[in-house]
Amino acid sequence: MRERHINAILLGGLLATALAAWGLDQPFTITLATKVAILALAGVGLNITLGLGGMISLGHAAFFGIGGYAMGILASHAQNYTPLMEAPLLIEGTNSMPVIWLVAIAASALAALVIGALSLRTTGAYFIMVTLAFGQMLYYFAISWPAYGGEDGLSIYVRNGFPGLNTLDPIQFFGLCFVLLCLVLLFVARLGRAPFGLALTAARQVPARVEAVGLSPYRLQLVAFVLSGAITGLAGALFADLNRFVSPAMFSWQTSGEIMVFVILGGVARLCGPVAGAALFILLEHWLGALSEFWHIYLGALLLIVVLFARGGLIGQIAGREAAHD
Amino acid sequence: MTEPVLSVRNLEKSFGALKATDGVSLDLRPGEIHALIGPNGAGKSTLIGQIAGNIRPDRGEVRFAGRDVTGLPTGARARMGLGRTFQISALAMEHTVLQNVVLGALAARGGAMRFWRPVLQDGALLEQAEAALGRVGLSEHTAARTAELSHGQRRQLEVAVALALRPRAFLMDEPMAGLGAEGSKQLTGFLDGLRAEAPILLVEHDMDAVFALADRISVLVYGRVIATGTAEEIRASREVREAYLGEEDA
Ligand SMILES: Nc1ncnc2c1ncn2[C@@H]1O[C@H](COP(=O)(O)OP(=O)(O)O)[C@@H](O)[C@H]1O
Ligand SMILES: [Mg+2]
Repeated sequence: MRERHINAILLGGLLATALAAWGLDQPFTITLATKVAILALAGVGLNITLGLGGMISLGHAAFFGIGGYAMGILASHAQNYTPLMEAPLLIEGTNSMPVIWLVAIAASALAALVIGALSLRTTGAYFIMVTLAFGQMLYYFAISWPAYGGEDGLSIYVRNGFPGLNTLDPIQFFGLCFVLLCLVLLFVARLGRAPFGLALTAARQVPARVEAVGLSPYRLQLVAFVLSGAITGLAGALFADLNRFVSPAMFSWQTSGEIMVFVILGGVARLCGPVAGAALFILLEHWLGALSEFWHIYLGALLLIVVLFARGGLIGQIAGREAAHD
Repeated sequence: MTEPVLSVRNLEKSFGALKATDGVSLDLRPGEIHALIGPNGAGKSTLIGQIAGNIRPDRGEVRFAGRDVTGLPTGARARMGLGRTFQISALAMEHTVLQNVVLGALAARGGAMRFWRPVLQDGALLEQAEAALGRVGLSEHTAARTAELSHGQRRQLEVAVALALRPRAFLMDEPMAGLGAEGSKQLTGFLDGLRAEAPILLVEHDMDAVFALADRISVLVYGRVIATGTAEEIRASREVREAYLGEEDA
């Protein structure tokens, strides 16, 4: 089967699941589908660095958390009718999703620029450690910041709004997340085939050659890291809105690990790998989690099988050795 | 006399106690092939690396296209028109042959910070890449994955990627390595014509190719240039025969 067809089936299946659940009046299933879409989006972000760029970031929770807190902070000020800042200029909270998304994207992109600029000076295991360390710094910062709930996190009582939609209706909120996921997938698909994607994937394979033809691997990787962080940040804002709750857990290294698990399960560097991975993860969590609270053991076993015997993940197994982006 | 395109003055580079480059001066003039020969470990690749910019010299100066480029990174030198082939093929193995050559042409044609339009729909870029592939005789393999190419084809592709940049000067580190007699002969013919476009600093072990091609030859031994001259002068030099060519006769 061609990868394009698998992608269509995956996205179509996710949409059909949500619509069927809507028809059968099962809001919980719609929420699960929404969760898949949002977590997939976080993975699509990571896949730019991990898959296209070959940079193993274990710190993407930083961006997921920043997106989440961007939502939490803006919405809590709107909820309490207190401005974020009065001097030198007045900044008020907001419960408009588009504004929150833009802030989440900008804040996580900025963080990715700083974290990327520093961590890309290292490679291999050091890169993994530096990205992990930044994530942990933000985690402890969030815990020790009492203004926004500290360890307990921050609850938002009403879901933020989107012009013309009732976001509290599960199917409408799913629709928003699904459309965002598809738009980002379109962007990443184009990115992979554009000059940037060619140069970035070449920089993963032969950095010396990329330099010798007059390009800078460092700049390519930094830009990829920023795009990647921005997308994962957007997913964080949506995740916070799904739960109407943010907490330091969004920043934890387990979160970074889970985002990476989506990518690896589904297929590294495969466009819809994170969609397959997130769907599988949520299904396992739902089914196995009902059987045993130690379901992570099975997840671990599955991950081992994928890494040892099924490189290319779920999509790699079905589509075979087809280059991801041509 | 015409100004050299590339020149190296008193270059020095040590790896610990080992002097890999020991006061090297040489230049590359328009239209010439300047061959750099010397035994294994003489410091040829290290010298090429310092000219290309990925190895930092301890002392000395590299001038290219009328500018002191000693402090410039590799990418900037390449964008000024310094093209290079590697001793060990440095190609993106997962990519197609065409993609590798397009990569070579990218910096000169719009750069890599373009995120939307597919690179393989850029007509001008493709034309430039396909022309380069045609010149090295790889036109029939455009769509092949680079990993599937034979060793000889990879060496040809290595040259095509450098060509795609349309350089003002070439640095070639043993382009004939492992090519076999037929392949070496073809590439020799091709480089012969190429010098009119841009001069070549050619590191090569294949002495037939060197003596057939080189306008001038420099002999590097233990990091020092022990002689520079025409093919006849080098062949006639006793010092060179003892230090280097003698090994091959023995
Ligand atoms: N990065 C390095 N670190 C230490 N020694 C090196 C390094 N690169 C090259 N050398 C040494 O420098 C000498 C010259 O190497 P090289 O330039 O590769 O020679 P050639 O290309 O003429 O065969 C050799 O003795 C080699 O072992
Ligand atoms: Mg060498």
